[in-house]
Amino acid sequence: MSKGEIVAGCLAPHPPHLVYAENPEQNEPTAEGGWEQLRWGYERLRESLADVEYDTIVLLSPHWQTYIGTHFLGLPKFKSLSVDPVFPNLFRYHYDLDIDVDLARQIHDKAADAGLAVKMMENPDFRVDYGTITTGHMFNPQWDKPLVVLSSNRSRDYYSVEVMQEMMMELGRVTREAILASGKKVVVLASNSLSHRHFTTESAIPEDMSKEHITSHAMHLWDMRMIEYFRTGQSQRILDEMPEFTEQAIAESDGGGLSWLLSTLDIPNYPGILHGYGTIIGTGNAIVEWPERNHKEASE
Amino acid sequence: MSDGKLVGSYIVPVHPHTVLAADQNEGWGRLRDAFGEAAQRIKDSDADLLIIYSTTWPSIIGHQIIADPNPEWVMVDNDFHDLGSIPYSFNIDEEFAHAWNQANENRGLKSRTVAYHGFPIDVGSVVALKLLNPDNAIPAVIVSSNVYANRAETTVLAKACMDVVKATGRKAVAVTAMSLSNRMFTKPIDPKDDKIHSLKDDEWNRKILEFLGEGRLEDVGQLSRTIHRQIRVNKVVAFKPMWWLSGMNQNRNNLTGEVLAYEAIHGAGGAVVHLDPAASGAGDKEYDEDDVEYFLGERNVLDAQSDETETVSDPVSAKPANSNGPALWEPTVSKDSVNSSAAPKPVGAYPHARRVGDLLYLSGVGPRQPGTNSIPGGPIHDADGQPLDYDIKAQTHAVVQNITRILEEAGGSINDVLDVTSFLVDMDRDFKGYNEVWAETLGKVGPTRTTLAIRALPTPIAVEMKVIAKAPAKK
Repeated sequence: MSKGEIVAGCLAPHPPHLVYAENPEQNEPTAEGGWEQLRWGYERLRESLADVEYDTIVLLSPHWQTYIGTHFLGLPKFKSLSVDPVFPNLFRYHYDLDIDVDLARQIHDKAADAGLAVKMMENPDFRVDYGTITTGHMFNPQWDKPLVVLSSNRSRDYYSVEVMQEMMMELGRVTREAILASGKKVVVLASNSLSHRHFTTESAIPEDMSKEHITSHAMHLWDMRMIEYFRTGQSQRILDEMPEFTEQAIAESDGGGLSWLLSTLDIPNYPGILHGYGTIIGTGNAIVEWPERNHKEASE
Repeated sequence: MSDGKLVGSYIVPVHPHTVLAADQNEGWGRLRDAFGEAAQRIKDSDADLLIIYSTTWPSIIGHQIIADPNPEWVMVDNDFHDLGSIPYSFNIDEEFAHAWNQANENRGLKSRTVAYHGFPIDVGSVVALKLLNPDNAIPAVIVSSNVYANRAETTVLAKACMDVVKATGRKAVAVTAMSLSNRMFTKPIDPKDDKIHSLKDDEWNRKILEFLGEGRLEDVGQLSRTIHRQIRVNKVVAFKPMWWLSGMNQNRNNLTGEVLAYEAIHGAGGAVVHLDPAASGAGDKEYDEDDVEYFLGERNVLDAQSDETETVSDPVSAKPANSNGPALWEPTVSKDSVNSSAAPKPVGAYPHARRVGDLLYLSGVGPRQPGTNSIPGGPIHDADGQPLDYDIKAQTHAVVQNITRILEEAGGSINDVLDVTSFLVDMDRDFKGYNEVWAETLGKVGPTRTTLAIRALPTPIAVEMKVIAKAPAKK
């Protein structure tokens, strides 16, 4: 078996507004557009990877929240209706997705060997969270690749950002090992926003972009600081500043996705490509790709 | 009909073990039995409405209320999916849900109803309704726990709910689906090894249950922030349900409480508690936090970060947090000035009072509250100048309270008041209510009084009083 490969890693946020604005046939509500900067960002991300071959998408969503370790979707197919409990007016999506159970179990087993608490989710009635569906749809609307879906272990809530990050770094390390050992070509996606302070009211027309902006200047400054690190390959600084960023920007990195992603990519010191940035109901969202080609160039 | 009331309140645990695995652990079995006992009591009370406030349904855009008359699906828990699935089909009182939503709006709250096929009813609500209302005989309504809601918003949510209960003549039961301590074990455990996660969590849980057993619900409500810091994992939802439940019970401390069970569920504290509205015979102890009738805030402050900070600093030039008027100032200090930290901050450079000889001259005193700058009874208009409904009696009471605070700071009391000039912005509307409160308070002291109608006051208040009082003898 040839060696597996991570062909790209991406920060790929999941606010359901993006799917809502796209008006795919799977989603019941319809919109008059909105959040174009981010949707065009996803378009550029898809174009960037259009000619790259891969087998599986590995995705960590902060909206499958687990408190007893990290869980993995463990059945080959999930088909149902996902309704966002926070924005049900925007997201009622009929999904039909395939799971790469073999790779999921390989990551699960390696994580268990490393001492992490893990569990396979094998209940066929389980409904897949809207974060997974949104990122999955925006990244690959054809749904023609199987996924490995990891839950968000809320260790930050139990302990601290530092402990969360330590566990996610370990989970990222074993994820990488399992992918390389699997012989598969894989894209890894961390589905989270940056600053995560919401507006507490919604416009009468949710897609009214005249109402959309970041909640505060401080949130903007934090988002730009992180993006600068993304664009200049300073991943270690992101990890170093993760506690302050997570606390002060109320960032969705609290779910561990970003730390896990950077660890899975072996803490990239090469530039990520910023495909888009925009706010959604006040939260900051960036679409960033760390392509393997940049990794190779940096290594040469 | 207008004789609606709350006939009982219950606190129940949220995790699915009591439905799916009660036979795997004796404690889980006892919780299941307690659910059964609670269900029987609810049935015996002839309740015709179950109102569920669930901590496992967080929301962001205000509160959400289920309004689908018959939500049906199969619930699988995010963590405990291996225990199995819970199919549900509930009987929701759609009409009540819409009325509650409207009542929220009337009291200044943001909320909305939710009625979508496939909407995921949360685990706490599913467990509560499955076990408290197994045959769906009693219609129910479910409300979310808003991530950004503070005590004021959560209390007003309850009062709006009771507006509808009373107006529709319902016999309602209030239920909070919640854990006490919510720290679970972070690894799988053998069911037989389940226990409360730590001694500290257990001790706090028992203290909470001791209070509840004595019917001291409002006391627990006022400990909510402390409880959250001590024994709650910082999930997005704080320990808010006691605010709501206490609001549903008129913030009382003399209910008749009974703890039906207390056990661990994967380390978290799970209890079934019954609070009967019948007075227990204990004194209804005083409580410290201000009551609130209307929500005036913007939900832009997270309680956990703001509990112990001042809204303004010195020199004060910032707008108050809830925008009740112009910038606040620190009271000026000069010879013989009297200033009180227990009185609202001035809106200009002047002291709260000044002593001249044997007399105290107070600056105009309004109803704004110290610290929060909130206005009991509500402001008379919003930030855009749009008129709002307000309670003149609540405002007048607050004015008298602020006068009392300033006089006490000077070493005197309300009995020292000699002369009052009152200013009303709407004489026709407000004189009667203002006069009633006067009669109950300052009227009994006996100062002279002049009441004037004026066009406006600097803050959105309806009443202000200018007071001259006897100065206490200097020590």
